[in-house]
Amino acid sequence: MMKTSEQISAPTATDVERSALISKFARRHRLNWYEALPWLAIVGVFFIFPDYLALGAQVLITIIFALSVDLVLGYAGIVTLGQAAFFGTGAYTAGVLAANGWGEPISGLIVGGVMAGLIGVVSGMLILRTHGLTQLMQTLVVAALLYEFANKAHHITGGADGLQGMAVWKVLGLFKFDLFGRVAYIYAAVVLFVCWLAVRTMVHSAFGRSLTGIRENVTRMQAVGAPVARRKLIVYTISAVLAGVAGAALAQTTQFVGLNTLGLERSGAILVMLIIGGVGRLYGAFIGVPLYMVAQDRFATIDPVYWYFWIGLSMVLLVLFARGGVLALMERIGERMGRTP
Amino acid sequence: MTPPIEKPAIETPAIETPAIETVDLTKSFGAFTTTDHVNFRLEPGARHALIGPNGAGKTTFVNLVSGALAPSSGVIRMLGDDITTLPQPRRVKRGLVRTFQINQLFRRLTVLENVTLAIAEREGVADNIWRPSGQHRAVIDEAYGLLDDVDLGAEAMRPVTDLAYGRQRMLEIAVALAMKPKVLLLDEPAAGVPTGDVGRIIETIDRLPQDIAILLIEHDMEIVFRFARRITVLVEGRILIEGAPDVIADDPVVRKVYLGERGHT
Repeated sequence: MMKTSEQISAPTATDVERSALISKFARRHRLNWYEALPWLAIVGVFFIFPDYLALGAQVLITIIFALSVDLVLGYAGIVTLGQAAFFGTGAYTAGVLAANGWGEPISGLIVGGVMAGLIGVVSGMLILRTHGLTQLMQTLVVAALLYEFANKAHHITGGADGLQGMAVWKVLGLFKFDLFGRVAYIYAAVVLFVCWLAVRTMVHSAFGRSLTGIRENVTRMQAVGAPVARRKLIVYTISAVLAGVAGAALAQTTQFVGLNTLGLERSGAILVMLIIGGVGRLYGAFIGVPLYMVAQDRFATIDPVYWYFWIGLSMVLLVLFARGGVLALMERIGERMGRTP
Repeated sequence: MTPPIEKPAIETPAIETPAIETVDLTKSFGAFTTTDHVNFRLEPGARHALIGPNGAGKTTFVNLVSGALAPSSGVIRMLGDDITTLPQPRRVKRGLVRTFQINQLFRRLTVLENVTLAIAEREGVADNIWRPSGQHRAVIDEAYGLLDDVDLGAEAMRPVTDLAYGRQRMLEIAVALAMKPKVLLLDEPAAGVPTGDVGRIIETIDRLPQDIAILLIEHDMEIVFRFARRITVLVEGRILIEGAPDVIADDPVVRKVYLGERGHT
């Protein structure tokens, strides 16, 4: 007969070893020292590069966007080329609100997230029924439809000219978005922190682990009775909300929304940024986005005509020599250094 | 005078509700019928083997019963309830669990995580989005206990890819057991396992709790005759014959279409 848990004998050396292993397994969600590094860097940048805070705020907002992609792609294994649909929805929602007399930023963020989430849940119900390339095409289609809608609804969105006349109020009624991007930077950092906390909690939860299970082997997850379709729809919707919040934050901090917030280029670039950093690692977004955006900024200054070429070349090198992104590369270097003392 | 106490259940051996019953179960892929009006009963606590030549439709039958495939026609009942249209996760929740002929494991995750994910689903904690997974300690402890039972405790923290194939097959069974099955469909548990490790698999199957109804699909006749108290032979999607092992072994038709055929290969 099978041994039951009550019959476990007196503790031995292996039992002690085992409980150590179990505790380690059970404490995976505890904060590691290196998880403080992004936040130290974000605070550091504020003081060290006061002239770059406008760009900095955009980087922080793009990290939120990348986190939303990591959640669906890296954890649930849903490949999407249409994440800008949610980013743009959030941006236009916050933008249209601010252009029509409601410029309160925090509620704007929330409404932007909710609207994106609604688009996410409805489109998710259709998209997530399909697989592989079909699914990829459908994510593209949703973004393209919204893009065309925003283009045609000129009287609401400003169409190809972009949304003009946004008036965003002071944050908490106290801090006015300034020209140097100081408030924008802090605002974006706080929003990023909240989003990061939510995503981190989620991926370490039993729900998050089940997403990893779905990514690793759907057949197995179904065989252990997991409601795979429902889980995917939930994570897709949450991801859409995050992307919407990022879009809303960009609209508020730049006081402008253009059609490019819904564009294919944005959906593609965010994938590239995440892949540079490392997919499914939570911190890939924090590395890939600044690398890409700072490189883009530098290349555009040094070589305004051919800067895209240099981005492309860097990508080729990265794919050749650092597959799995910067984080995977660092892991490999760490392992090698650990082996040779 | 007191009236006599009624005890009908003991005197007349009532026919028990089968663990699994299929009525005219049929599955066609276009013009090709892989399961053809199969009427099958798996009794409670059964040790039942399903055998047949390659392409007889054994795995298709498991896919139909487990809910991975929808039948073209016919009815599937579990413990008397019609489950024909019930989606797979709901069947699993009722205790209808299968293993796969080819391992379906989370290869990059640890052995322990493979089992905890299954238990978390069974216990319904996998929908919890805020609480850290490590805080569901009962799940982890149960998973570890289960791995001990199949002698995988020492390898709990290793990724599945580190395990020899025979050990992975054991894990495949352990994950199924983690669902606390009432009905267990074992699809060739010893497939691809080196001869030296087959004994371990047989031992594990022998030790499974008697109240689980088990349907074993297997090519290895040694395992089949050791395990089964009843055997069904499936040929071209149809039940050719069903009976006790000695009846099957002596049946001339079975020898010709199946057992004999094996001798040539």
